Amino acid sequence: MASDVLLEVSGLTTLLGDAARPVRVVDGIDLEIRRGETFVLLGESGCGKSMTALSLMRLLPPSGRVTAGAVRLAGTDLLRLTEAEMRQVRGGRVAMIFQEPQTSLNPVMSVGDQIAEAVRVHEGGSRDRIPARVVELMRAVGIPDPARRVDEYPHQLSGGMKQRIMIAMALAGDPQLLIADEPTTALDVTIQAQVLRLLKDLQAKTGMAVLLITHDLGVVAETADRLAVMYAGQILETATTDAFFAAPAHPYSRKLMESMPGADKRSARLAVIPGRVPHLDQAFVGCRFAERCYAVMPRCRDQAPIWRELDTGQGVRCHLWEHGGVLPDGLQRETGDPAAATSFVPESAQDPAAAHAPMLQVRDLKVHFPIHDGFFRRVVGQVRAVDGLTFDLTPGRTLALVGESGCGKTTAGKGILQLTRPTDGSIRYRGEELVGLGHRRMRAFRKDLQIIFQDPYAAMNPRMLVGDLIGEGLQALGIERSRAGRMRRVAELLDLVGMDADAVERYPHEFSGGQRQRICIARALAVEPKLIVCDEPTSALDVSVQAQILNLLKDLQDRLGLAYLFITHDISVVAYLAHEVAVMYLGRVVERGRVDEVLDDPRHPYTRALLSAVPVIDREKRRSVIRLEGDMPSPSHPPSGCYFHPRCPDAFDACSRTYPEETRLSETRRVHCLRA
Amino acid sequence: MSVMPVVLWTDALVFLLLTLIAAFVLYASRYEHMRAPWRRVVRSRVGVATLVVLGFYVVVGLLDTVHFRLALDPQGDDSAETRYSPEVLSLLDLALSGLRERQEKTYSAPFATHLFVKEAIEQPDGTLVRDFPRLEYGGAHLEDPARQRGFDIAWRAAWGALQGLVIWALLATGILWLIARSRGETSAATRAAILAGRTPIPWRIALAMLGIMLVLSAVAGELALAYHILGTDKVGEDVFYQTLKSIRTGLLIGTLTTLVMLPAAVLLGIMAGYFRGWVDDLIQYLYTTLNSIPGVLLIAAAILLLQVYMSNHADDFASLVERADLRLLFLVLILGVTSWTGLCRLLRGEALKLREVDYVQASTALGVGHFTLIGRHILPNVMHIVLITLVLDFSGLVLAEAVLSYINIGVDPTMNSWGNMINSARLELARDPVVWWSLAAAFVFMFALVLAANLFADVVRDAFDPRLKGAR
Repeated sequence: MASDVLLEVSGLTTLLGDAARPVRVVDGIDLEIRRGETFVLLGESGCGKSMTALSLMRLLPPSGRVTAGAVRLAGTDLLRLTEAEMRQVRGGRVAMIFQEPQTSLNPVMSVGDQIAEAVRVHEGGSRDRIPARVVELMRAVGIPDPARRVDEYPHQLSGGMKQRIMIAMALAGDPQLLIADEPTTALDVTIQAQVLRLLKDLQAKTGMAVLLITHDLGVVAETADRLAVMYAGQILETATTDAFFAAPAHPYSRKLMESMPGADKRSARLAVIPGRVPHLDQAFVGCRFAERCYAVMPRCRDQAPIWRELDTGQGVRCHLWEHGGVLPDGLQRETGDPAAATSFVPESAQDPAAAHAPMLQVRDLKVHFPIHDGFFRRVVGQVRAVDGLTFDLTPGRTLALVGESGCGKTTAGKGILQLTRPTDGSIRYRGEELVGLGHRRMRAFRKDLQIIFQDPYAAMNPRMLVGDLIGEGLQALGIERSRAGRMRRVAELLDLVGMDADAVERYPHEFSGGQRQRICIARALAVEPKLIVCDEPTSALDVSVQAQILNLLKDLQDRLGLAYLFITHDISVVAYLAHEVAVMYLGRVVERGRVDEVLDDPRHPYTRALLSAVPVIDREKRRSVIRLEGDMPSPSHPPSGCYFHPRCPDAFDACSRTYPEETRLSETRRVHCLRA
Repeated sequence: MSVMPVVLWTDALVFLLLTLIAAFVLYASRYEHMRAPWRRVVRSRVGVATLVVLGFYVVVGLLDTVHFRLALDPQGDDSAETRYSPEVLSLLDLALSGLRERQEKTYSAPFATHLFVKEAIEQPDGTLVRDFPRLEYGGAHLEDPARQRGFDIAWRAAWGALQGLVIWALLATGILWLIARSRGETSAATRAAILAGRTPIPWRIALAMLGIMLVLSAVAGELALAYHILGTDKVGEDVFYQTLKSIRTGLLIGTLTTLVMLPAAVLLGIMAGYFRGWVDDLIQYLYTTLNSIPGVLLIAAAILLLQVYMSNHADDFASLVERADLRLLFLVLILGVTSWTGLCRLLRGEALKLREVDYVQASTALGVGHFTLIGRHILPNVMHIVLITLVLDFSGLVLAEAVLSYINIGVDPTMNSWGNMINSARLELARDPVVWWSLAAAFVFMFALVLAANLFADVVRDAFDPRLKGAR
């Protein structure tokens, strides 16, 4: 068994920053990765996952240093090698790929040259073999027509293709271990499915081990053989994937799993982990998770738990497991139990949609951006970001607009608020036409229509106090003219979103991502809107924080009767929060209906492919992935006929001729497909 | 003695600039995000050292900016109203009146006791001898210059240094006491902290630099009482006096130009980026056109135009100083017109980026008006670019003045400026033996100012650059 171990890490400790007050980003980590397996390092942002990987590769930033521990790769201690020897290891025996393929490739070199560079370093052999090897590598990572693509530049390739090129470069040295640092986080689900699949296939072919770093439990479930949960620089739990998802041992792991949104948790609140990851520049006395733990005991705070191996093969760092692995009563799962799962009743019977007239009616909305070219900057084409969008939204309901990046969902949201001028179509809010209103006349509607953005860091002016930020709308629309009145209202709003009133006098940068998103929500709520466009409000946040925000949004809807237009690419959030779903592809809605109808029985081939690509934890619910060929076409040159037909597995001749008309499947259900 | 204050055009602009700076300081001190970068500036060692040096220049420049006319001694008792001298003086002129009035005949080298050129001297016995005559003022107190001069200079320098040290000690004690009070410590504890370099603001460096500057000034002041420490020029004027007078010109060109161009650059740049469309087209065409005219050509044309105007309307100017001042103002204006395009282009790009940022979109969604939005969200977020550009441009403009005056399209020839000094040095360097001190004096003073400004600009840039935040 011992010879099976490829990489053995023991007691690895990495410090960052100055010697007087170092940050212990990695604090005594023990790991074993076996040959040919996929080992996942799971954790929230800021817990030291990436630093662990960089420590293994000895690629730490200048202020970082490994102070203790050993990293043995098949017997050789990497930490004792000279830099010259280490260079042979990097890319040769251990390769690494990063999260952002955009920035990892040199934009002025053709991809073929970049792969050739990696090949040259590690092969050293005859030069004339290099081009052949490059093409071979590109074929191995599934790039169609590699001989032609060799001469292309990174900007000509899509995100998924770029990540494939990165993988090809990593494979150039035939590594025994591939470290993948969040390789699919920046990619869409369908592309993510392709890349994860590719990694699996390559692993099966070459027998290399993969150390995958991720925060996504779904990805873990789909790919991992074994995993380790990291928190605040330490490993809290290791387990095989099956054992972990059957019964996570550490309270943190358990909470992480419960905070995942999904259809089975609809009627319940999501579990949240209060507080945030502690700063690593302090000396810890007790358990690092004690402050946020729901099962905290007095001794957790003053005695650090030791590492325990359990009978199930799991390892855990928690005092709860002192007595033979029996959990104290009442600490089993709190939510998400089978009872809750079945309590979800389809709402068709008491559907309030029938009772209410639609508040917002969007008909054939088009947002085109002209492409200028030539000396006189004549319009030579149009980017059809939104190309005929139709939906209704009723008060107090949530419509999820789902689609991959580049399908125009964000533009649609901004178009509805007139932040981007629609080219054509009609948006009626309570019967009044919004399209074509000027800046001044639109102000009357600003009070009712609000927006929350994806990135809470960019959504607030860093140079304004939180109180002024939230009060801005009150002032601009003349709702509260006196400053005292505004501040009173701001305090109420902060209370509403669960923040302390003393936030008023502080700057946005003093808050964490989740708190900032709460402030953004408070700002939108300040003018008492009826409809909020939520543009991926949780995709920049960690799972546990996402749960807090989703709970908050749900509470606010219940209390204030808000309607949400929820723009997202995350199907699990849709299943948890939305009442209705509209699936977008290339600027058009291909399918819409009630959430249970669409998610349980997708009728459009694209919806089906999209849903099948979403990583699922539960093995029984897993669908076989429908692989889509190629990438989404450019919205400046949409295909003839049905936009999806070039990639559609079920396409036939008629699909390429005309765009399919809307087919009504039921009272609420509509789909654009000739097959339906 | 009664005086009549005279406010020249450039003086008025300097006072306006000072008011604006004071207002900005008041405004900035209220907001943490504006205080923080400035705190980084004063906590950097280079920052405080250059601030002290720049402070000396600014004090000299400001003293030279307060202009007035002195009352003449009443000629006859019958006229009740006081009459004023036609000569416009500044505080600096008064302070340096010794230097100003001690005029020699022509060139003399630094610390010289004799003139630089031979003249026919009439001996007591009536014969004429061609020799270097004694200076009227420089070293006139010495009986036997050849023997006594070295000792006298050393003694005066030491005496000056002592005076400087005493002034420094007094100032330093005062500053120490103020710091100690604000820190709530005893003076001894504060002194220990400063000496060990443990204060957040590097007072040790600041005080050391202040000491060096004070001692240098006191030595120069003491020596200047008896010698022409930087020599005299062709008409026998003290070069040290000229260099000090040139400081105002250099500072004005560097600061007023930015004051003139700032409103145009900021307003047009942000408007172009924010509104886009035809506004953007118009502003872009404006600055690309302006940018494609060679700057020197434009400046030459404007200055020649002004010269013609001034010679045709000679009566409109009460004094030579006013004439020279108008020309300086015109130069500042035209330099401003040619230099706003760079900042404007930068700001347009930044505004283009910012208008798409989420918080601007959120404000639009909240119904905030265009100009409120620009004032509240865009302007504060481009302020760091404006500041960095201004500080970086300053030294370039000081140098530009020297170059323009050298080719005779700069400030008025009667005005003291480093450029004019260098211009006159053209002929002096052709002499044999070479008259080098005008050029050297202008060079040293300009070099010190530009070096300090450049180092300071680096510190400001680092402090305001958001990408460097958290680094180090």
